[in-house]
Amino acid sequence: MKRTLFRSRWLPYALVAPQMAVTLVFFFWPAFQAVRQSLLSQDVFAARTSFVWFDNFKDLLHNPLYLNSFTLTLEFSVLVAVIGLSVALVLAVFADRIVSGAGIYKTLLIAPYAVAPAVAGVLWLFLLSPALGIVSHWLQALGVQWNYFVHPGQALLLIVLAAAWKQISYNFLFFLAGLQSIPRSLIEAAAIDGAGPLRRFKDIVLPLLSPTSFFLLVVNIVYAFFDTFAIVDAATHGGPAQSTSILVFEVYRDGMQAGDLGGSAAQSVVLMVIVIALTVVQFRYVEKKVQY
Amino acid sequence: MVERRPLLDALSHAILIAGVVIVILPVYVALIASTLTLDQTLEVPMRLSPGSELVNNFKAVLLHGSSQGSAAPVWPMLVNSLIMALVIAFGKISISILSAFAIVYFRFPLRQLFFWMIFVTLMLPVEVRILPTYQVVSELHLVDTYTGLTLPLIASATATFLFRQFFLTLPDELAEAARIDGATPMRFFLDVVLPLSKTNIAALFVIMFIYGWNQYLWPLLVTTRESMYTTVIGIKRMIPGGDAATEWNLVMATAVLAMLPPLVVVIGMQRWFVRGLVDSEK
Repeated sequence: MKRTLFRSRWLPYALVAPQMAVTLVFFFWPAFQAVRQSLLSQDVFAARTSFVWFDNFKDLLHNPLYLNSFTLTLEFSVLVAVIGLSVALVLAVFADRIVSGAGIYKTLLIAPYAVAPAVAGVLWLFLLSPALGIVSHWLQALGVQWNYFVHPGQALLLIVLAAAWKQISYNFLFFLAGLQSIPRSLIEAAAIDGAGPLRRFKDIVLPLLSPTSFFLLVVNIVYAFFDTFAIVDAATHGGPAQSTSILVFEVYRDGMQAGDLGGSAAQSVVLMVIVIALTVVQFRYVEKKVQY
Repeated sequence: MVERRPLLDALSHAILIAGVVIVILPVYVALIASTLTLDQTLEVPMRLSPGSELVNNFKAVLLHGSSQGSAAPVWPMLVNSLIMALVIAFGKISISILSAFAIVYFRFPLRQLFFWMIFVTLMLPVEVRILPTYQVVSELHLVDTYTGLTLPLIASATATFLFRQFFLTLPDELAEAARIDGATPMRFFLDVVLPLSKTNIAALFVIMFIYGWNQYLWPLLVTTRESMYTTVIGIKRMIPGGDAATEWNLVMATAVLAMLPPLVVVIGMQRWFVRGLVDSEK
């Protein structure tokens, strides 16, 4: 809290005005519209609109495609978080250990952060394309039957890999920052007491890293839920046979392509509730961390 | 370094090298494919050493696009992407630094309300409110305009919070001294706050430039004319579906062009970027 303040009747309003204007027009108004439309039933030509209370939500609950997409999204986000976090943690732990060359590894590992999600989807599509992908070729040489048009689980794996790959840089940087903030004296004391590297990692480093890990877990789940539309659309279009149609893709397909305004708006509202819940969880945790 | 363990050091390097190889592989393969002829990319397995078609492929996509998918040249798309990334980065930084300044250095009615309204935007990514946001933009006749492409993405809670956090760490004496010297708030902002925020601005610039350059869903919705496409959208339009019809060498050349500017920004400004990223989330 600042002790010294400036005084002006109009200036602060003028300063917040641009941000407020953009926020009201492009955030609050659309969010309000989403809630309103989710309670309406409208045909494609908008000839008739009727108020249907929660029918759109009930329809969603009874729509097997939507429920499938829900479980699919959960599976997808857990896989992305687990793969992205564990690979990044291993790399960060070893990068924190070494003295020479750490800078070069770090620079190279940051690269995926700069790659657009859609481009990441296309790159992995190219690597894993059944007919000509180089990684598919290696997999087939190892005896793996790789063809995601035939095995829908493999299509999910394709987008999981692309999504986790893109997130590795981010996780790596946060784990590295977390590792570097662990006091050296603790590690040294344990070493003097005869604890080996593995023991030190398990009993000291890992517990002290848990706030970072928890924060990253939430961020990764939010990322997998909401920032992966481009990967899915560029790599698989939600197919084959809906096997990669995660929730954000479903909203887009139902709203923009199928023209189901009420259904799409209801899905938007469900997604908003999920984001808000996840954000609250995250801030609860931030508050706790401050109290330490 | 707690103790010397040469074996563990060797293992560390081995694991890091393996990690880097896996992480870089997709980018490397794209780079190689962009130097091959179409027939060479269709060979199984594709060769992993550079071919001779680098200049031809890049010339082809920049000037003519891909003849199989969309035949739009990539050159104007790069310009569109650059405009979008720069406007979003500068726009976000400008409006956020102003509102953070107001919220930290003034007490005024509704201040708390404004703060919370900005905070809530953190929770509503475009993906979640696709359709209604698109409707607003089309009612305002902003489809296929640079304004429509950039303005809705310009409000940023992240940047506002980062600046707010930073302003709170600035010593009170600065503002006191400025007031005693009779400086107006805006003079104080321009001569003291802005120069001190240089590092934060640099860090945010990297993050927001990448955010803007890499946008996909939004340009997909608000651009209908070829002349408004961004590079990332262009790549997708070059893949008509099905392996055979795709000119992978040209798609990969475009992918390389799409990756290059953000990579240059991230690696060139790595120091600020890493600090900004880790700070902005805390």
